[in-house]
Amino acid sequence: MTIPAGLRRTVLRAQRDTGFLAAGVLPHLALVPVWAWAATTTARTGNWLLTGSVSSALALLGTPVLTAVQRARYRVLIGVDVPRLTPTAPERWTWASTARWVAATRPWRKIGYHLLLGPLLALLELLVLAVAAACLAGVTAYAWSWALPTGIRQDWFGYLTQLPAYTAAGFLLLCALPWTGRAVARAEARLALGLLGPSRAQRLQERVDQLAVSRTDLIEAVDAERRRIERDLHDGTQQRLVSLAVNLGLAIATRPDLPSDAREVIARAHLEAKEAIAELNDLVRGLHPAVLEDRGLDAALSGLAARTPLPVRLRVDLEERVAPNVESVAYFVISEALTNATKHANAMRAEVIVRQVGEVLRVRVTDDGLGGADAAGTGLTGLAKRVGSLDGAFHVSSPVGGPTTITAELPCAR
Amino acid sequence: MRAVIAEDSVLLRVGLIKVLEMGGFQVAAEAGDAEGLLAAVAEHRPELALIDVRMPPGFTDEGVRAAMEIRRRWPGTPVVLLSQYVEERYAADLLSANTSGVGYLLKQRVADVADFVAAVRRVADGGTALDPQVVAQLLLRRDSDPLARLTPREREVLGLMAEGRSNAGIAQALVVSESAVAKHINNIFAKLDLPVVDADHRRVLAVLRFLGASRD
Repeated sequence: MTIPAGLRRTVLRAQRDTGFLAAGVLPHLALVPVWAWAATTTARTGNWLLTGSVSSALALLGTPVLTAVQRARYRVLIGVDVPRLTPTAPERWTWASTARWVAATRPWRKIGYHLLLGPLLALLELLVLAVAAACLAGVTAYAWSWALPTGIRQDWFGYLTQLPAYTAAGFLLLCALPWTGRAVARAEARLALGLLGPSRAQRLQERVDQLAVSRTDLIEAVDAERRRIERDLHDGTQQRLVSLAVNLGLAIATRPDLPSDAREVIARAHLEAKEAIAELNDLVRGLHPAVLEDRGLDAALSGLAARTPLPVRLRVDLEERVAPNVESVAYFVISEALTNATKHANAMRAEVIVRQVGEVLRVRVTDDGLGGADAAGTGLTGLAKRVGSLDGAFHVSSPVGGPTTITAELPCAR
Repeated sequence: MRAVIAEDSVLLRVGLIKVLEMGGFQVAAEAGDAEGLLAAVAEHRPELALIDVRMPPGFTDEGVRAAMEIRRRWPGTPVVLLSQYVEERYAADLLSANTSGVGYLLKQRVADVADFVAAVRRVADGGTALDPQVVAQLLLRRDSDPLARLTPREREVLGLMAEGRSNAGIAQALVVSESAVAKHINNIFAKLDLPVVDADHRRVLAVLRFLGASRD
């Protein structure tokens, strides 16, 4: 006979919740002796200064230990992770910064939890455990009754009426038990998260920090991937193509005796190979020029400007190299803007200005083309996204008739 | 003429050897990285070193640095750098010390066998061979106001001159007479305040110096 899966799950969960509640009783009652002793001793001797200081010290010392115990209990027994409160230590320990640091650990809530709420929760837990024990006893009433001597069983009037009632009540409670345990456990978890865990603002702050780090990591990973692709193409495909073109060139140069139609075919293949190399070069450079990594933005931009088929004025004022991901985005913006100026705007000339002002890298590309560029177009949206990924500002001004100015401001604090 | 080749792509190395042999060079040694190259140059003292810019281990500018090292340790060794992309900064590094016997060309130029051989020969004879792309980048120097005073034709001539061509070569390229070229060149020197000198590489040196290639 197999037990239905649903029932098995319910039983296991009820077992887990009950165990969780049982494990809470002692730590929740841990500080009761302290204040009970304080109350009774003060009543007896009137020396509230001594009892107050001793019990406060005990409560303060006990709080971190009890918090750790409770966190372990929540995590291990019902899988609720109460985040640890670890505010970043101040750079200088002054009175004010220490006070702020202590406040960030939310001490009063913790002390309140262990000192006042704990005993109440312990009562609730004991109640649930008592109900559990009662219902188990009720369900097994017949088994207990058989243990009674025969004489007593025959003389007991309730044998026929009370026992079924006990059993039925036990069953009803048994059915209600999983939900009761669940509800109490959930309520406790919620209280613990609120009182022992970080506040909403602290949680959001932490989440924002995590996201900022993971976003930076992601951007760097993408950049690394681009560099890897660039290197693979450079060391593989491009060398093969060059080698092919060289061999075709050799064939033309060393075999003048070939029939003219064969020579023509080879010459065409030679030309195609060279064009393919040029195309692939442009493509790979757009990916991530090696010189950018190697010599920085200024060097990479002079190559870019030289390859642009219109006259480009280039001014780069950088005190020092900025972070690689900033360099990469700046290069990408300028590359794309110059491509647009050449392909779509029919520009006659363009100007690129890159300046570092404090902790901001300002990039401006102007062309004298037709203007009317659509800032919502795919190319410009892509640029805006890449600039946005670094928390930069991106702006396009392109009235019909020109000129078009694209500006990007990239934070580059090092 | 003995030559040494440094190129990490085995495939391309084979092609380069063939091209050089066609041009009348004997390839004394081939290397796959900068270290091997320096050892080969030390051993063979070649009349030409043909070097790939990007080589193991770092795949950045090892070739440029190796070339500078060769020029420092064995002055006068003609060096030709090959690169997938031509960057004027690398050329500037190489040209800053001395422009005689220096070449810097795009890899794909090797495919035009005859032109490439001619360029390499020019370098081996103590001349200069710069890729038009480098020259284009050099001409792009920002704030080079005197350049703005040149006519488009003079710019063209300056570009060809920077590539290391002779007057005859420039005349051929622009389909004008040599005397016209000489006149343009004199005008350029006058506009740029450069002393008139006659040797090819001196002219390149002057051009590059002016263009700020020998910064840092």
